[in-house]
Amino acid sequence: MQAFFDEMKSGGAVRAPYAQLQDWLAAMPAELRNLKQAEAEALFRRIGITFAVYGEGGDPDRLIPFDMFPRVFTALEWHRLERGIRQRARALNAFLADVYDRGEIVRAGIVPGRLVYLNEAYEKAMAGIRPPRGVFSHIVGIDLVRTGADEFFVLEDNCRTPSGVSYMLENREIMMRMFPDLFRGNRIEPVDGYPEALRRTLASVAPPKCDREPTIAILTPGHFNSAYYEHSFLADLMGVELVEGQDLFVEGDRVWMRTTEGPQPVDVIYRRIDDAFIDPLCFRPDSMLGIAGLMDVYRSGGVTICSAPGAGVADDKAVYTFVPEMVRFYLGEEPILPNVPTWQCAKSEDLKYVLSHLPDLVVKEVHGSGGYGMLVGPKATSEQVEAFRARLVERPENYIAQPTLALSTVPSFVEEGVAPRHVDLRPYCLVGERIELVPGGLTRVALREGSLVVNSSQGGGVKDTWVLAQ
Amino acid sequence: MLSRTAANLFWLARYMERAETAARFLEVGARIALLPNAGQGFRNEWDALLRAAGTADAFARKYGEPVQRNIESHLFFDQDNPASVAACIRNARENGRIVRTALTTQVWEALNTAHAELQEIERQPRSDTGLSRLTEWTIRTAALLRGTIDATLLRNDGYDFLHLGYHLERADNTARLLDVKYFVLLPKVEFVGSGLDNYQWVTLLRALSAHRAFHWAYGGEVTAARIAHFLILNPQCPRALITSVQGLNAHLDRLSRGYGRSTPAQTAARGLLGEMAEMQVEQIFDEGLHEYLSRFIGAVSGLGGRIHDSYLSGDQR
Repeated sequence: MQAFFDEMKSGGAVRAPYAQLQDWLAAMPAELRNLKQAEAEALFRRIGITFAVYGEGGDPDRLIPFDMFPRVFTALEWHRLERGIRQRARALNAFLADVYDRGEIVRAGIVPGRLVYLNEAYEKAMAGIRPPRGVFSHIVGIDLVRTGADEFFVLEDNCRTPSGVSYMLENREIMMRMFPDLFRGNRIEPVDGYPEALRRTLASVAPPKCDREPTIAILTPGHFNSAYYEHSFLADLMGVELVEGQDLFVEGDRVWMRTTEGPQPVDVIYRRIDDAFIDPLCFRPDSMLGIAGLMDVYRSGGVTICSAPGAGVADDKAVYTFVPEMVRFYLGEEPILPNVPTWQCAKSEDLKYVLSHLPDLVVKEVHGSGGYGMLVGPKATSEQVEAFRARLVERPENYIAQPTLALSTVPSFVEEGVAPRHVDLRPYCLVGERIELVPGGLTRVALREGSLVVNSSQGGGVKDTWVLAQ
Repeated sequence: MLSRTAANLFWLARYMERAETAARFLEVGARIALLPNAGQGFRNEWDALLRAAGTADAFARKYGEPVQRNIESHLFFDQDNPASVAACIRNARENGRIVRTALTTQVWEALNTAHAELQEIERQPRSDTGLSRLTEWTIRTAALLRGTIDATLLRNDGYDFLHLGYHLERADNTARLLDVKYFVLLPKVEFVGSGLDNYQWVTLLRALSAHRAFHWAYGGEVTAARIAHFLILNPQCPRALITSVQGLNAHLDRLSRGYGRSTPAQTAARGLLGEMAEMQVEQIFDEGLHEYLSRFIGAVSGLGGRIHDSYLSGDQR
């Protein structure tokens, strides 16, 4: 049995940032807790914070379970995380600018060329394009896990269009409504500056042809998309239009939106649809979601697309292992936040280690996602391990391996009362003229006992995440 | 404002008004069917109603005989009938969901609650859902939504597009309800002015919730000329055709002021109002009530087309 780091209690003593929550918890009888939980759910439903699931029958509007017990970081802890996240966001953007330009990091022999140029996420159409301010990924979501008081690891980078930020904002809103006393007593850094910071970031990357206050729009696949609530929520808070592909068209060297007062030019598009769908003339010809000719306008500096097409090449699992090298190569700094130690099975000594430690490791396919095609050693039967061993020997370059991480736990409200549950953290880093980060992020929690899986489809919930002021 | 957003608001209002009309149609039909036989029996009245509602053919294909239970199914529950109460409320809510940020929480809640209650009604056995319960629920639900719009919504262009939807649909629907009376009356000209004739007119007033209002406005005898005046030309009557046309003009004028430009929609609406302002009820009867109403319905539909081209299609330059 592994020992897990609990963020509230270490060695029986309550850690300082959680001291007030200890009293709060003690003063809350079970009935009151249930009452508050019901109130929170009613609020979520009423405000309409749901994600839509179609095709499973029943009401398509689902709620993500909200756990009222907050997760707390001290100012000092956050300070280090923040520096690490900013550093990583800079390095990832430098990498993207490089691989769509001269590819110095490949020439220097640091990142293998095939990982970049043969990558599915690499967009040839972007080669030679330098987006405004050289920024490719404007919203970088960095998934972090914690294994000890000072031990944080980056689990994954998200350079395309990371979602979930609406939960960060609404979790806080609801906690403040339900437990105002907690916020009076603790000095908790606010997160509600995020929409304004996002608007500022998007405005700062307006295209060269824009000569006035830029018009910003969020491009959504439509109201059947599971994240539609988030799209409309952000558009509302930023005061920008929420558009679908059919609302936009290209004429001359600009992109226009169809309004009741005639066509209006759009300067910056924060798209929440995948690369393949944004322009049927350039990418998938059968796309109904995109705008024909968008890429031509983009190339000629008439519009900015956020994130830039092809930004996904930086958040690939195989490329991930090179991010610390990117930090050294582009920034000349030492990485502040380490990667999870990763064995690349393509290397023969790594493969040797992996094969002899299979039952203790997590092995993942390089291009897999969503937990498919992976082996979780400690949870697998010996037959499964042996079957996987055969596949691994056959195509070692297709796999990476990582140790099974002892994710930290935070007390959470469960059926029987309060119990520790595993968590991760996704902060959202904004990259434009400046790099901005609101103090907080989305904490996802695995509500099933013993589970390490925080995905909402597998019993995951969310928590409010606090950063205490100094 | 995005043309698509404006279109969704416009149609949200049209669907809600249409749902209310379907309920009012049901009420007229049920009351007229309670009358002693006026010729071919109840079949005649219900058939006239379906014709005025514009769904007689679709109904005949699906159900055959116009018996009351089938008509209830068709006008309230039927998802295949785009003008049924259930279909309209679903569509209105979907339109609202798409433009939720253009609505206040209260408006959205009213829409969402209507949808949840509708699902509840659909789950109940039909024997528990009497016709009057269905119609009352529909009218109350529509009123609640209008109330939240009135009390909480910002008075911007979105507010105008919602009200354009309401007024356009109401103008069309009141004209169609009036036309029911024409269809019912048609086969038996000798009934004109008889007790039965008046009873039918009064039923129509009741269905429009305008029965008492009529007496306040006119007093005394209920005559065809007075009722036609009330429902067509009297701007005091909230469901009169002229009231809806005035509403259309008011909101189109607000739009042209706000946008600083006028479109063919304003011209068409002013033309329609100009004609009605001069009109005497005798002229309508000279032209023939049915003929006048058909012409009016055509003009309103033309105005709808101009609103679409000028604001909602996104193709205007």
